[in-house]
Order: sequence, then structure tokens, then C-alpha cells
Amino acid sequence: MRSQLRPALVLLVALHVLTGLVYPLAVTGVAQVVWPAEAGGSLVAVNGRARGSRLIGQPFSSPGYFWGRPSATSPVPYDASASSGSNLGPTNPALLELVRARIAALRAADPTLKGPIPVDLVTASASGLDPDISVAAALVQIPRVARARGIGEAGVRALVERHAVAPTLGLLGEPRVNVLLLNLALDAGSERGPGEVPRPGV
Amino acid sequence: MTAAAAVQLVLYLGVLLALAKPLGIYMARAYEGRPMILGPVLGPVERFLYRIAGVKADDEMDWKRYALAMLLFNFVGFLLLYALQRLQGGLPLNPARLPSVGPDLSFNTAISFVTNTNWQSYSGEQTMSDLTQMLGLAVQNFLSAASGMAVLVALVRGFARRSASTVGNFWADTVRGTLYVLLPLSFILALALVSQGVAQTFSASKRVALVEPVTVTSPKLDAAGAQVKDAQGNPVTETVTVTGQTLALGPAASQIAIKQLGTNGGGFFNVNSAHPFENPTPLSGFLELVAILLIPGALCLTFGEMVRDRRQGWAILAAMAVILAAFAAVDVASEQRGNPLLAKLGADQRPSATQGGGNMEGKEVRFGPVASALWATATTAASNGSVNAMHDSFTPLGGLAPMALMQIGEVVFGGVGSGLYGMLAFVIVAVFIAGLMVGRTPEYLGKKIGSFEMKMASLVILVPPATVLLGTALAVATAAGRGGTLNPGAHGFSEILYAFSSAGNNNGSAFAGLSANTPFYDFTLGLAMFFGRFWTKIPILAIAGSLAAKKMTPAGAGTLATHTPLFVGLLVGTVILVAALTFLPALALGPIVEHLQMLAMAR
Repeated sequence: MRSQLRPALVLLVALHVLTGLVYPLAVTGVAQVVWPAEAGGSLVAVNGRARGSRLIGQPFSSPGYFWGRPSATSPVPYDASASSGSNLGPTNPALLELVRARIAALRAADPTLKGPIPVDLVTASASGLDPDISVAAALVQIPRVARARGIGEAGVRALVERHAVAPTLGLLGEPRVNVLLLNLALDAGSERGPGEVPRPGV
Repeated sequence: MTAAAAVQLVLYLGVLLALAKPLGIYMARAYEGRPMILGPVLGPVERFLYRIAGVKADDEMDWKRYALAMLLFNFVGFLLLYALQRLQGGLPLNPARLPSVGPDLSFNTAISFVTNTNWQSYSGEQTMSDLTQMLGLAVQNFLSAASGMAVLVALVRGFARRSASTVGNFWADTVRGTLYVLLPLSFILALALVSQGVAQTFSASKRVALVEPVTVTSPKLDAAGAQVKDAQGNPVTETVTVTGQTLALGPAASQIAIKQLGTNGGGFFNVNSAHPFENPTPLSGFLELVAILLIPGALCLTFGEMVRDRRQGWAILAAMAVILAAFAAVDVASEQRGNPLLAKLGADQRPSATQGGGNMEGKEVRFGPVASALWATATTAASNGSVNAMHDSFTPLGGLAPMALMQIGEVVFGGVGSGLYGMLAFVIVAVFIAGLMVGRTPEYLGKKIGSFEMKMASLVILVPPATVLLGTALAVATAAGRGGTLNPGAHGFSEILYAFSSAGNNNGSAFAGLSANTPFYDFTLGLAMFFGRFWTKIPILAIAGSLAAKKMTPAGAGTLATHTPLFVGLLVGTVILVAALTFLPALALGPIVEHLQMLAMAR
């Protein structure tokens, strides 16, 4: 027993230094030199001001913005310091009530919205921070966004198509649109435009 | 299951099998101390570690000394990790100024990481400082993995040696596993993940302005965090406009790489690999998915190489792959089909060119139902336990598959080292059953299987299920246990059964609606993790010692060939049969009854 004590203690300390300090510092060193933006949170800047991270979603509720996934972080949605899913089971009445209310809210915001709603738009994401919605979920919001901004649907549709991302290699992942980048592009487009676009009401 | 989903499954298995052979042979060379490619770089580090620790790598140990060294190493590691959490409030590298962790949670978390489970009763970004994550949790990710691999290598030596009294040197095996296998692979994977957007920084969280401020109504809290009530005793709410977003960051990539490669699974952030800063793209998801099963799969070939018969390694890997593929197909199909109750409400769940569809509650759009279900099966086939979607919100059958994979005993790939030594215990039982059928003394790789080996293998196979079922029974019989569930009815029972299945088999994933950070769950799940890990490791080392001492019997005309499809079938049958006999009643009370309820409600 005593003869094993020295290797146990010395190796524990030495391997702590190696795997707990040297290894993460080496990874950080290389990462900060080669991929500083990615390692630092993939921030999106508009006119030199950080407006968010392209990997982290933000809450949108105005009719003139595309809405993202429902977020289960509490009490503030899309709280990026406290990620969380809803953990509601598939038969939980609370889940069914939430989905019913979300579908009703989407239809209330756009009375022309008929037919089934893409499922990702009415279910909470795993992280509460999902930056994406499916392309289908963006397409059904085009009439509402266009009407609220007083611009043509064709222009908004072109913007959605420009931001649509296909599965990697046609295989990995799902077709999707980054909501923050799409909404920033909407705002940027309206600034360059003739100026008749009203600010979206809150 | 759509064709695209099937292609993803085939691609995944293909990449795994292609990498198994080169990595398996590489690891065999490392553990046998033979010359190897990284030798010139890491050899001096290895020898330096031996020198300061007073270790002679060729000073071999019998199985009892080996077990003692392993227990000592794990015990001191446990104490260090416990102390680090209890003291983190006064230690450096704590940019978010988090307080020290309480005793219940520190106990649970220390056991959890030392046993390679990584069950997490806490929210990473809100509980653990950068120092604790890096110097505590991530270090045990390496050491618990290396110690599991060491026990496996000792068992393999038991099969490979004849009339020997020793099974290797625990210190040398631990150092070699860490230095030659885990560190280089983690370094490469960590950088690949950073290139995709996984955070790796020591700067504190970043504050950004929201594009659209959000107004929320929430209960008003006083300075102590308690709810403020008005004169009538009703809770007071306040309306706040939030204009900014705090992005929690940290040295995540280095920890995520080893959490996947070492089948640990403990996330840097609360939602684990569903968090965009842990797993930002479909490609990072695929790399992490490969990393989950990479080493457990390759170790089968390490085994084949070390017993000088690679066919034996392929046979075991084939048995694992067959079981994995079957469960993955069920899970993917179930999640793609979606939740009929949501369809009834007007949600469109059909996969198409513009959406992944399926059951999207608790899933991320970039992964969708296919990559989420594939991950759920891989992470529970391995004793990894990281998640990229919330298992609690899976369809009943989609949640049954991961639960059953854990209950099988984490032998389908399983933990690094622990998966294969668990599977070898099933191999012993399988050849024993075959021996009974033909009336011959069972033998495997030329070693006669006696009653001692059978007793020890039975312990390895029976202790985890006993822990799971007794723990679940205790929890549902007490108010403290029942009080933790989030979802009502059968699903609440599933949350408890899943928790003990996860802890008793050292997986670490959860039906996370369960409020597990209570003294009751911290303590009982802590014990389950302890029994599940060490009450299997020690019998395995006993088998190793007993087998090493035996003579080699030359194969004869009546010897059962253990590399044939027939034997693969026998092994798969044994594994499935034991699990089904043990767990079908419990599963019937949880996911199966919920599935039937869901179908009835959808009518």
C-alpha cells in the first residue's frame, strides 16, 4: 500500500498539470491565433458594434421580424447565460397547451396563414438558444413580415433564399435559416431603401 | 426512416469501422510498449513521469496489486475533485465569480466524474468556475477514461498470457493511455471543433445588445432570492424590459473533445452538446458523434491484436455494430415520425426539402430528428451520456431505445475500456451457455472457463441491473424520490428509471426534467454510480488474474469457433436476452404504456 502511495500522488499531480493546464492552454493558444473569431464566440458586428453571436439566437416578437424557435430559458427567453430545454414529455398536457397557444398566436399575427405550421416554429429548442429555423418556417412568415414592413413579398422571399443553408454535403443536418442574420439583413435593406419602411412596432 | 436518414446511419458506421483498425493497432502498440510513431515526441515525457513517480514500467503487478493501485488512484482523484469544488469561490480563474459548490452536489459530481459517468445535477455555466471545469472535471475525463482502458488491457493480458502471475503495471498503463491515446486525439478534435465555432477562451462572458429588446413578466425576488408576496400573500410580479444578452463563454472546446473521446459526456454548458457553443454545426455534430464511439470500437481491434487473432476483435465489434444499428433504426424512425398529438393540433412534421420535420420539441434545427436520434443511440450505446437533444422530450419509443441501451449494461461499445470488458464478461457467459448445450467444458481463446470466472462474470452482469432496479424502486417508494419528477404519469416514472439506468451503468445522460440536485438523488445516484463502476472493475481484474495463471489449451475438433457469424449471433442473443428478462417489466410501466396512451389520445 505505501509503495503505491508515491506513484498515486505524484502521477495525479503531474497528470493534472498535463491534462488540466498544459493541454487546455495549448488548445487555447493555437485557437486564438488561427481561429480568434470562432474561439471568441462568433460575434456579429454591425457598424463596429457587437449585435450578438451568429451561433446564438435572440428573441423576436414584432410582426416585422422573422420569429425564431420558442425558447425554454426562464424567465427571459434566449438567456445565453442559462441554457435550457423545456424537458416536457410528448404526452404532457402542458406541452400540448403551449403548442396550441403558439399556433394560435401565429395565426392571429397573420390571418391569411392557413394549413399546418412547420413544427420547429411551435416547439421549444433543446438549448433555448437555437439560432435557426427551418426554411419552411421562414417561408410561412414571409407574408406577415412583408405586410408589417410595407414591402413586396418577392424581396423578402429573395432575402430568405439568400440566407437558406442546405445540409452539409447534402447529407448532414437539415435545411435552415439563421434568424438573427436574416433579421439584420432585413433592417440593413430597409436602411438602404427609399425610407418608406416604418420601424416595426413592438 | 427516410432514405437520407439510412444513408447517414451507413456513413456513420462506415467511418467508425474504417477508423477502428488503424487506431486499434496503434493502441495495442502503445500498451505493449512497442516503438511507435509518437514515441520520439512523447517517449521522453513518459520516462520523465516514471522517474518522478518512482515507477518501473516493467515491474509487473498481480491482479490484487493492480486493483489496489487503481482504487487508490481513483480515491485520491475523488478527494481532489471534491476539494476543488468546495473551495472554488476562493480560487483563481473564476471570471463569473461563482460561489463554492455545496457538499451534496460536490460529492455527487466528484463520484460522477471519477467513475466516468458525468451525470450532471448542475448547470455548468452557472455552477462551475473555469478552473473547476478545466483542472477538475476535464482532468477526470482523462483519468477515468485512462483507468477504464487500463483495466481492460489487464483483462486482455489475462487472455493472452499463459501460466503468468501478473497482468501488467497499472501506472504504466494509465500513463500510456493518457499520453499516447487520449491527449493527441483530444488535441486534434478540439482544434477541429474550434474551427467550427466551439468557444475556447479565458475571457469572461460577453454582453451584447439585443436587436429587439424583450419585455418579460416574472415573479419579483428579494435580495435573498425568495419570492416577494403582497399583503394578501399573492406573489408579486414585475415587468422588465431586457435590452441585452449575456453570452456565457469559456475554454469549452478542449473539454468537449475529451468528453466525447473518453466516453465521459459531461457538458461545459447546461444543455451539453445541444448548446451552439459546444456543437455549432452539422459537421461539428458528426465529428463529435464519431468521437463518441471511436475508441470503444477501436479497442475491439486492440484486443484482437493483443491476443494475436484479429478475427476475435472483429467478431465482437460486429456484435456491437449489429445491436447499435438495430436500435438506431428504431430511434430514427420514431423521431422522424413525430408526435401524433402535435400533428392533430396543426403542426407539420413531414420531412421535406425545406424542413427536417419530426418530433422537434427539445431538438435543434441544425440537427433535426435524424442526427438527434443517431446521437441518442450512440451516446447511450457508449457510456458517453452527452446529448444534442433533450431525451426527456423524445417520443415514447424514441426514449425507450436509449434507456434500453444503457440497461443492456453499456456493453454495446460502452465506455472506453469498460464497454469491452463488460462485453467480454458476456462472451464468457455465451461460451458457457454454448458449452452446456454441447456438453463440453467451455473455453475461450484457449482458456478453460471455470466456475470462478463464471461467478465473477455474473457479478459484472448482475450488479448494475440490481443497482438500477433497487434504486428505482426506492425512489418511487419515497416522497423524496417521487417529488423530483417534472412530467406527470408514466413519463414521470420513465424519468426516474432513466436516471438510475444512467447512473448504475455510468452513462450520465438524463431525462433532464427530473430535479436531481436534491440530497436524496445526489446521494442515491452517487452510490449507484460507485457500485456500477467499481463492483464491475474488481471482478474483471479477478478474472484477469485467474485467466493469466491458466495454461493454453490447443484448439481441437470440438472447440467452438468464436470468430464466426454463428458466435456473433450467440453473443448478441445472450446480451439481448439478459437485458430483456431483467428490464421488460420496468419498461412496460414507463415508455411502453406511454406509447399506448399516446396512440389512444391521438385517435
